[in-house]
Amino acid sequence: MKEKLEQIKAEALRQIQSSNALDKLNEIRVSYLGKKGELTAVLKSMKDVAAEERPKVGQMVNEARQEIEAVLEEAMARMEQAALEARLKNETIDVTLPATKNRVGHRHPNFIALEEVERIFIGMGYEVVEGPEVETDYYNFEALNIPADHPAKDEQDTFFINGDFLLRTQTSSTQVHEMEKGKLPIRMIAPGRVFRSDEVDATHSPSFHQVEGLVIDRHITFADLKGTLAEFARELFGEETRVKFRPHHFNFTEPSAEMDVSCFKCGGKGCRFCKGSGWIEILGCGMVHPNVLTMSGIDPQEYTGFAFGVGLERIALLKYEIDDMRLLYENDIRFLKQF
Amino acid sequence: MNTGLSWIKAYVPELTCTDQEYCDAMTLTGTKVESFHRLDKNLEKIVVGQIDKIEKHPDADKLIVCQVNIGSEVIQIVTGAPNVKEGDKVPVVLDGGKVAGGHDGGPLPEDGITIKAGKLRGVPSNGMMCSIEELGSDRNMYPEAPELGIYIFPQETEVGADAAEILGMRDTVFEYEITSNRVDCYSVLGIAREAAATFRKPFVAPVVTVKENGERIEDYISVEVQDPDLCPRYCARVCTNIKIAPSPEWMQRRLRASGIRPINNLVDITNYVMEEYGQPMHAFDLDTIAGHKIIVRRAKDGDRFQTLDEQMRTLDHDMLMICDAEKEIGIAGIMGGENSKITDQVKTVLFEAATFNGPNIRKSAKRLGLRTDASGKFEKGLDPHNAKAAIDRACQLIQELGCGDVVSGMADVCQPMREEAQIAFEPEKINALLGTQISREEMLSIFQMLEIVYDGNTNMLTVPTFRQDLACCADMAEEVARFFGYDKIPTTLPNGEATAGRLSFKLRIEQIARDVAEYCGFSQGMNYSFESPKVFDRLLLPEDSPLRRAIVIANPLGEDFSIMRTISLNGMLTSLATNYNRRNKDVRLYELGNIYLPRELPLTELPEERMQLTLGMYGEGDFYTMKGVAEELLEAAGLKKKALYDPASGKPFLHPGRQANILYEGSVVGYLGEVHPLVCKNYDMATRAYVAVIDMPCIVEKATFDRKYEGIARYPAVSRDISMVVPKHVLAGQIEAVISQRGGKILESCELFDIYEGEQIREGYKSMAYSVTFRAKDRTLEEGDVTAVMKKILNGLEALGIELRQ
Repeated sequence: MKEKLEQIKAEALRQIQSSNALDKLNEIRVSYLGKKGELTAVLKSMKDVAAEERPKVGQMVNEARQEIEAVLEEAMARMEQAALEARLKNETIDVTLPATKNRVGHRHPNFIALEEVERIFIGMGYEVVEGPEVETDYYNFEALNIPADHPAKDEQDTFFINGDFLLRTQTSSTQVHEMEKGKLPIRMIAPGRVFRSDEVDATHSPSFHQVEGLVIDRHITFADLKGTLAEFARELFGEETRVKFRPHHFNFTEPSAEMDVSCFKCGGKGCRFCKGSGWIEILGCGMVHPNVLTMSGIDPQEYTGFAFGVGLERIALLKYEIDDMRLLYENDIRFLKQF
Repeated sequence: MNTGLSWIKAYVPELTCTDQEYCDAMTLTGTKVESFHRLDKNLEKIVVGQIDKIEKHPDADKLIVCQVNIGSEVIQIVTGAPNVKEGDKVPVVLDGGKVAGGHDGGPLPEDGITIKAGKLRGVPSNGMMCSIEELGSDRNMYPEAPELGIYIFPQETEVGADAAEILGMRDTVFEYEITSNRVDCYSVLGIAREAAATFRKPFVAPVVTVKENGERIEDYISVEVQDPDLCPRYCARVCTNIKIAPSPEWMQRRLRASGIRPINNLVDITNYVMEEYGQPMHAFDLDTIAGHKIIVRRAKDGDRFQTLDEQMRTLDHDMLMICDAEKEIGIAGIMGGENSKITDQVKTVLFEAATFNGPNIRKSAKRLGLRTDASGKFEKGLDPHNAKAAIDRACQLIQELGCGDVVSGMADVCQPMREEAQIAFEPEKINALLGTQISREEMLSIFQMLEIVYDGNTNMLTVPTFRQDLACCADMAEEVARFFGYDKIPTTLPNGEATAGRLSFKLRIEQIARDVAEYCGFSQGMNYSFESPKVFDRLLLPEDSPLRRAIVIANPLGEDFSIMRTISLNGMLTSLATNYNRRNKDVRLYELGNIYLPRELPLTELPEERMQLTLGMYGEGDFYTMKGVAEELLEAAGLKKKALYDPASGKPFLHPGRQANILYEGSVVGYLGEVHPLVCKNYDMATRAYVAVIDMPCIVEKATFDRKYEGIARYPAVSRDISMVVPKHVLAGQIEAVISQRGGKILESCELFDIYEGEQIREGYKSMAYSVTFRAKDRTLEEGDVTAVMKKILNGLEALGIELRQ
């Protein structure tokens, strides 16, 4: 009996060792340990064994069974591991093959610049509003302290529809609409399309975009204007950006200024980008002219304010290093895809 | 405006600064320096030499060997210049020195040209004699220079002296950008005044005294101004015994630095005074003036007049003319006439210094197409006080330069002049506006530098008349700020009532439109608002289409930019065509931009500006791709109901069988379709293209950000497939309408999963299959529920002529 068990065990272990597939192992399990397996058969033949021998034989059978099971399990685990390894190895792909992308569209660089500007001012509590692109002479000029016959009308090369209507030359007209609403204080920016009769070339377009800004409240100062726009410049061009305010002239602000920022290419040392000066002109600004406040029904004795106007194309061209303004209106997909 | 710094320094004698310091400081006080350049850039070791002896070169016919005395020594120079002779005094660049350019006068090299001693054809040469071009200038500025060859100095020039100094090149020319409000700064005196205040140095104005000859002006000329509204002041003086000659070197230098070519003493004096005072002057030959009378009046419509550039000009009633007793002799403020121009034979000169109505001059110059230096100044509106000062200055120079004698007195026709502005001095208000704490003393010291006079008794500031830009307290605040320094004003942030930063609702919906378009693969484009009226033909719009009623721009850049668009498609199709012709594949673009719909033409009120989302594509994708984008947009904007599509949308620019209006809650919110092949052809596109236009105001009106949770279904769904043979004319929309109407509450969805036309299906029919899903919220559906509803649906479908398949 013992020899038989040893023989069965040895044969089973040999088969397990020489087996190289999982299903083969399963067959082995069935043929030895299954209901009709050889070890089971030995147990079944216990009735032929002497009663006093039975526990001993039983133990021997169980030991053989456990041993076979252990070896089987180990073999199976080894084989599963090998199979997994083989599969993984087999499934290696070329990760440098092209990606499968969702064809997401691209935003226009001009608009990306606008969203930057909007984000900054919304964060400072400004409301984004809009005004009409076809305007009356009153809102575009007169209410901005540019009387009839003023040379500024020529300077801005206005497109006229007729005597009363024109294409706005500046988003400043939106200032007036906003002030006339009579709701104070005002903190607004007004992006939009403006028009001037410049022939199309690398740096000019008869239609371009501005963002107007206006703040009206009690005790608003030129220092507030400086602080606000310096903050804006740092947000837009980077923390280390310095600003410089130069006196300038606009009819609808007094005092007026132009703001330069330190060149974000060279940091102010002077380069091709800033034409060697270290500074780049960014926007016009000033304290709202008392005549403008009065015309819009705001008492300049009680309220003051500041206004500014940024050219969006200028920002986009500078920030994204686009060398020809015409690209912005061509809509060549190879251009748009770069943003 | 260009001016040499040395001229400015003549009136601010204590001014000492480097060119860069001057540039920076002036810019920061508001006189912006655009650029500056040294006239002696790259001129090094150049002295006046005298040629002692000239010998032939032993080995070269075209070269000569010169012994040149340069003061300290005599050096040998070999030259090929044709024009020098013994005794000539010439500019000599010494060994190791530099000149600015080549002798041919081409563009100047950035670092100049270094001259080294060497041998020419075996003969040592220790320097070079220079032409005016090599010195960085030209014969336009130095007319006395020979056309070819070496510049020759006058005989009295000192040997060994600095040649650049003698030629007036030790100077720096500054170019300023003057703002339109500072008319006074279009003059050397104006800029000098600013420079003096900027550097806090005294301003020393020229002392003008005229030695008159005792004759009476009335015996020479009388002046009558018939249109005083266009001519606030007309001053005239007469100079006799005119002797035309070159003007002195100092005057020529200053003019040259300003970019003005010296001509002769008389012309130079008028130019000099125009630069110095900013007051244009005109000189007439008095002997050509009939009746010794000047009449200032409007021209007659259609009059013809020859200006001194020998062009015939056609005049109109709004142009102001200077006339004598018989004829017109000049267009006021723009250009004199050929008939009264100064010649070298002139004996007696009539000087005119006038002020004219600025806008009138501007408009006249524009109509004539003739903008001159003079009109450019007059159109800004000059100070009438300045006219007298300038004409006196010109007469002083005539007399001092020995150019002629000055007749006593001045003919002066002058309207009442604007008085000096009086502005209350309010230092607290100025500080409150600027956010500063500048002392009143400092403010007053700034005003004093600017010749603004303070009266302590009345607390009023009196503004000089040349400062026409100063009228109110804010103006005074700017003057204080400029000279206190914009950079010294603190930087603060506004405090006060907090405000909410936000986008308007409309802008938020537009943002959603952009997001959806981009997720769907469309890139954002930008198109012009104006276009050509030919667009309507290109889009096959019928003659009576209301879209042809467009706003016309009165002064467009050309026909292509002459009308405000009433439809957004042209820009999109043009952009698609651009891409197509550049062989870009699979292009998808969108644009958010306005169309402009006039309520009435001609315009009597503002037009309606409607924001359009325009989508366009070619390549991958079809009508249904476009439809998908439209539906994604509606859904994202909170328009949750089902949009309907009406094929009877009647767009002539779209494929007649592949177009639809998009209806939401019964109203049209946009349209989409395949572009009509003829339209594609008009845009040179040999491909199918698809467009969709969404009228954003309609979307904004119905859009909402409200969202409600409807729960996740807890009971199982039951699905049924309906397979049918459908007459071709029956639309999927009709089938879906039947299913949704008859499906009742338990209908969850219906989805088309198969559509087929062709073999096996008989002519005029198509096969369609829908999967219909039912579900109840509160229970598990029973067979009976579904069967009843299905029966209703199938009956409805059969009523459409549909055959059901098993």
